Amino acid sequence: MNRARRILAPAVVPALAIVSAFIVGSIFILITDFQNLQRLGTDPIGAIGSAAGGIIAAYQAMLVGAFGDPARIAAALQGGTPRQIAGAVRPLTETLVAATPLIFTGLAVAVAFRTSVFNIGVEGQFILGAFGSTVALLVLQDLPAPIPLLGAIIAGVFTGAVWGFIPGFLKARTGAHEVITTIMLNYVAVQIVLFGLRSDFLRQEGSSQPISKLLDGIARVPGILDPFGLPGIRLHYGFVLALVMAAVVSWFLFKTTKGFELRAAGFNLTAAKYAGMSASGSIILAMSISGGLAALGGSMEVLGTVPQMSNDISSGFGFNAIALALLAGNRPLGIVLAALLFGALRTGGGLMQVQTGIPLDLLFFIQALVIMFVAAPGLVRSIWRLRAPRTPTGTAVEGARA
Amino acid sequence: MRLELKDITKQFPGVLANDRISISADRGEVLGLLGENGAGKTTLMNILSGLYRPDSGEILIDGTPRTFNDPAEAIDAGIGMVHQHFQLVPVFDVVSSVALGAESVAGPLGTFDRSAARKRVVELSELYNLHVPPDADIEDLPVGVRQRVEILKALYRQSDILVLDEPSAVLTPAETEELFDIIRGLAANGTTVIFITHKLNEVLEVCDRITVLRRGRVAGTAEPKTTTREQLANMMVGRDVELRVVKGPSTPGDVVLSLNDVVVRDDRDHIAVKNVSLDVRAGEIVAIAGVQGNGQTELVEAIVGLRTVDSGTMTVGGDDITRATPRQVADLGVAHIPEDRGRDGLINYMTVSENYILDTYHRPPYSKGVRLDLEAIREGAKVGVRDFDIRTPSIHTLAGSLSGGNQQKVVVAREFSRPVKLVIASQPTRGLDVGSIEYIHKRIVEQRDAGAAILIVSTELEEVIAVGDRVAVMYGGQIVGILEGEAATFEAVGMLMGGAQ
Repeated sequence: MNRARRILAPAVVPALAIVSAFIVGSIFILITDFQNLQRLGTDPIGAIGSAAGGIIAAYQAMLVGAFGDPARIAAALQGGTPRQIAGAVRPLTETLVAATPLIFTGLAVAVAFRTSVFNIGVEGQFILGAFGSTVALLVLQDLPAPIPLLGAIIAGVFTGAVWGFIPGFLKARTGAHEVITTIMLNYVAVQIVLFGLRSDFLRQEGSSQPISKLLDGIARVPGILDPFGLPGIRLHYGFVLALVMAAVVSWFLFKTTKGFELRAAGFNLTAAKYAGMSASGSIILAMSISGGLAALGGSMEVLGTVPQMSNDISSGFGFNAIALALLAGNRPLGIVLAALLFGALRTGGGLMQVQTGIPLDLLFFIQALVIMFVAAPGLVRSIWRLRAPRTPTGTAVEGARA
Repeated sequence: MRLELKDITKQFPGVLANDRISISADRGEVLGLLGENGAGKTTLMNILSGLYRPDSGEILIDGTPRTFNDPAEAIDAGIGMVHQHFQLVPVFDVVSSVALGAESVAGPLGTFDRSAARKRVVELSELYNLHVPPDADIEDLPVGVRQRVEILKALYRQSDILVLDEPSAVLTPAETEELFDIIRGLAANGTTVIFITHKLNEVLEVCDRITVLRRGRVAGTAEPKTTTREQLANMMVGRDVELRVVKGPSTPGDVVLSLNDVVVRDDRDHIAVKNVSLDVRAGEIVAIAGVQGNGQTELVEAIVGLRTVDSGTMTVGGDDITRATPRQVADLGVAHIPEDRGRDGLINYMTVSENYILDTYHRPPYSKGVRLDLEAIREGAKVGVRDFDIRTPSIHTLAGSLSGGNQQKVVVAREFSRPVKLVIASQPTRGLDVGSIEYIHKRIVEQRDAGAAILIVSTELEEVIAVGDRVAVMYGGQIVGILEGEAATFEAVGMLMGGAQ
């Protein structure tokens, strides 16, 4: 009971934040539904009824778009052709595909946050990770099988770790603020990629765009559903690796001595120094791990999902990850769940737009609301009339004792 | 004016901070309000000053019931507060700081009438012997003078009832004496003074009457003439307390800590420790006395490896530690109780057990290779909690939610959980209640008797004299005198602390 409560307690505010965001989102659907609003004077009951129907239809479409239609999946599994099965399960697999880079980048942000370092450079580390993997794969392409793929992954992770190490080192040695340096290094990363993609070695033949050669001819992260021969399913083992990394990060942070050092430094750098820990070592380590995790995400994206490097390999994963880590309270399990939510919103939104004409932008609106509510836990608690938890400092109780 | 609080009750979630408290003070009377941390003193005063509203009970001023919705109404009713943390603007001069919020205005534009304000500040300063320079900037004034500016601020607002919250916490012994003279002067002129403190000597010295609070209730009232320190301590804690530090004579052995000509700079790169040489031997307690800011902090930081030494050498048990890191120093068997436990000694958002292993997590039994041995940590923390009588709901409770005394016990338990050759304790009992002070002192003396060398740094004269086998006084970054045994009297140490040779 106590244990269950300890695990569930941190999920209460994020869960209510999500519910609140969807409620506010439905209000938004309502007041932008001009056709129904016009009827409000002449036929109030009908207007309200069809407005409510509109909201339900929108959210239903979103659910089906994100997870698939259960009836259709069931029907397809009973003797459907591979094409039909693939079509039925694709919403779900696409959600997992969309969640994969978010899990990696979310973990990257969380490791740094846990050490009180704000790694805004996850975007750049992700891109460079993908780039490093691309280069390595093309270099190693003639070697026997698993070497090119494994070499590409290792090279990608190493590149990203270096890209994290640099701002970490600068902060530890010179006090350079990591927010500034990581943001600037994002620009540098993009320019490196653009520069590299201009070379004949990388660029796709005959293309004037900065895109690389197709990589899946050389090697590809295997698809999870490959044995079933389903066409057009992109879900690959990168997703499984993301889950494994979430477990590894959790183990590292909470069960190892280095993880203990990072967390101690994150909560109170002075006390960590007094206890004999090396503050600069913790900062550099956290930033390197963070960069490596982000880069592994980039590597999986280019080697699994989109088998081609381009300068828009990341659609803002590194920045979404910051919001995501906030929503997850920097807990690895929370990051997996939050990434699934963001992934589901992304894939579900498409169907919603097609079926109900509600623009995809509503999802970004809801996503932003979730983050806002999580960032203002006091607001969520007052909406849902929850009592504030007892925190170590600055509560009414503490004030009364002082 | 006569002040009376009747049956004041105030409930916070989970805590009954004030439970039917009644106190009263006559015109011109000095009432001491004595109690440990958490006894409800501050809550009561926040009610009186309009910050909180009581759940029930009455405030009577000259027999008339009053209610205050905010601090401004309390000030209008003649109640002035001098908080422990001063509410002054550092870059303002004294006149502006005092007048701020109660400015007299003049001229067609209603601008601040500085000359009128200055005149009143000078008058009040002379009337009550406050010796406040009206035109000096606050940031240039010593702490003792700032406090007098706070008192002047209350008088400026025509307060007839003055509340002083732990006023002596920041003062030197001499400044405290001056404050008491001012309090006596105020009372003689008809001001009612409420003096909040946890220091027994002070209430006995300056108060006309003493009300003791314990766990939100009035534990008793006493007259200074007919009561003793022991009786007051008993009322505060609810049991008999040993006020003297019980210890046998010291048996100094080999030199453990040796400082030779040590020079250390502070954060602003000024020399904070000037050529300090000092030996601390096994089996003795050396106490460093001194007013805050005379180089003690920097000296301790240098010894434990947190601050680089400009010149000079330091050794522990013969090993050179002049350039050692904090971990290397700790590994030589040095326990360090830092002066600000909330900032330096504990991680508030980590649990009791995590704090318990904060400097031993990296070695067996708590680590196994790269892993933490969570089972061993739980067992170790349980032993620490038991042996040091740490009152915590569980070892998984966040350290920051414990009381100050229990937080300090976590730090001491951790530091004494490994083999100890030398103990460096900075302000080990600052802000703690009588019971915890007694306990911490006992454990430190135990370490001495077990053969450790102890260096205690404290700004509390009483503590230095009670605990130290030898007392070294620091002033202006130097050790200006070392007093031994009988020679270490209040007067002698106090004089040296003030800079007299």
